[in-house]
Amino acid sequence: MDMVQTEKLVYEYEKRDEEGNVIGMSRAIDEVDIDVKEGQFIAILGHNGSGKSTLAKHINAILVPTEGTMWVNGRNTSDPEELWNVRQSAGMVFQNPDNQIIGTVVEEDVGFGPENLGVPTDEIWQRVEDSLKAVGMIEYRHHSPNKLSGGQKQRVAIAGVVAMEPKCIVLDEPTAMLDPVGRKEVLKTVKKLREKKQVTVILITHYMEEVVDADKVYVMDHGRVVMEGTPREVFSRVDELKNYRLDVPQVTILAHELKKRGLQIPDGILRKEELVEVLCQLN
Amino acid sequence: MIRDITIGQYYPAKSILHRLDPRTKLVSTLLYLVSLFLFKSISGYLVATVFLMAIIRMSKVPFAYIVRGLKPIIMLLMITVLFNLFLTRDGDVLFHAWIFTITEGGLVTAVYMAIRLIYLIIGSSLMTFTTTPNELTDGIEELLGPLNKIHVPVHEIAMIMSIALRFIPILLEETDKIMKAQIARGADLESGNMIQKAKSMIPILVPLFVSAFRRANDLAMAMEARCYRGGEGRTKMKPLHYQKRDHMAYIVVIVYVIAVVVIGKYVPLHIWVF
Repeated sequence: MDMVQTEKLVYEYEKRDEEGNVIGMSRAIDEVDIDVKEGQFIAILGHNGSGKSTLAKHINAILVPTEGTMWVNGRNTSDPEELWNVRQSAGMVFQNPDNQIIGTVVEEDVGFGPENLGVPTDEIWQRVEDSLKAVGMIEYRHHSPNKLSGGQKQRVAIAGVVAMEPKCIVLDEPTAMLDPVGRKEVLKTVKKLREKKQVTVILITHYMEEVVDADKVYVMDHGRVVMEGTPREVFSRVDELKNYRLDVPQVTILAHELKKRGLQIPDGILRKEELVEVLCQLN
Repeated sequence: MIRDITIGQYYPAKSILHRLDPRTKLVSTLLYLVSLFLFKSISGYLVATVFLMAIIRMSKVPFAYIVRGLKPIIMLLMITVLFNLFLTRDGDVLFHAWIFTITEGGLVTAVYMAIRLIYLIIGSSLMTFTTTPNELTDGIEELLGPLNKIHVPVHEIAMIMSIALRFIPILLEETDKIMKAQIARGADLESGNMIQKAKSMIPILVPLFVSAFRRANDLAMAMEARCYRGGEGRTKMKPLHYQKRDHMAYIVVIVYVIAVVVIGKYVPLHIWVF
């Protein structure tokens, strides 16, 4: 069974002028087909306004498609009856760490999701403990979220989603507001989580460095999926990526430029070590 | 200035009062507040004083810290005392000058009123000193539970309160940031009279409101994404359970109320100098 599947997904919203009159329709998502298998790590890349966040909100049924369909864990998100099932199977972590933490104490925030699901009290405690351990925040359980760093807050937010035991976690630009240290922290947490819990992860970002481990990458631009494939396949098309205003990792650019100058280097170098290896084997 | 206000703040300590169920504390505080208006004689005041002192001792909150909490209400207290002092006409005239007259009754009422107000505030701030905001909202939600039957959205009110508490520090920080940003752009927030000062707050309040609404929108989305759908079918991570100590506390408070009423009524200790 596919975890997330869309078929010709279209999302339109009304464009309004300053007085609030409708002056036309705007397509944020234009006939998008994606499909994500259970346990995969999928990355969706795109510049600001490419429609990637709008797509993410569809997976959690915060938005429903104007046309086409979206299935999450085999359930149609347009069906109001399935709303809460969809939201439980696909947890969502947002960009701003401050605006998604509800509790005044870390452990209470993590317990918020299970409370909403009607999980019995004893099990809530168990889940809270497990998920705080999974993100490495257990020693902060009695702290106030206001005193945590951005990366730590984001890890608490991830724990809050994990505690609901979703099959799939959607991370909507979780690192966009963080400093480099916080970004690393969050990505490491996501990686560890994938190893421990075998959840499907959909990472939405515009930092290309974050997606090198993905099983599959989708690149979006103007509401359409313009490229898809493994990170290696996608990253080997450096000039195309630059067209979509994405920052290609430095190593990849370097390898690409070297190749253009006539060195025998394969396409789609993703990591420093890889490039070193290749360069050492030359001549 | 905001830092000076200790009313309504939690004082972390390990006392029996801190461990009591928030519902016990809420009900007891309410009973205590009502009890302050049930007697008129000095003997009643004596009982109330002894009780309050005992509670302060038990709470392990330093007395000086509690007194500091009274500072912001000194003005209010003064006004009340002055009004009572000059406007009550009862008994012998003790002092008269121009339009000001102080009577014996006025003096007594003013002193009693001041004591009553101070006890009122100390009593209720003891509750907030010993109860975390979360416990407090949980307690209020439980206590108001029956109102749900007449369609009062009790759960929602409690949720609003706890979210407000969570966002107070965030919004304070944001206000500070906006103020600095506006000062950097040449805004003058310090000089001028009251009206000019109030006017200079506009460039701070407008962005603050806009940002608060944006935050509210984000938060609502995040709550929905985590399956929040109101109080129905929701379980609690930290449900409230009465313990033995809560029953004891109820008994103590009820005994106190009865004592204060009975002693206040039948032990007329009118040792007044005049």
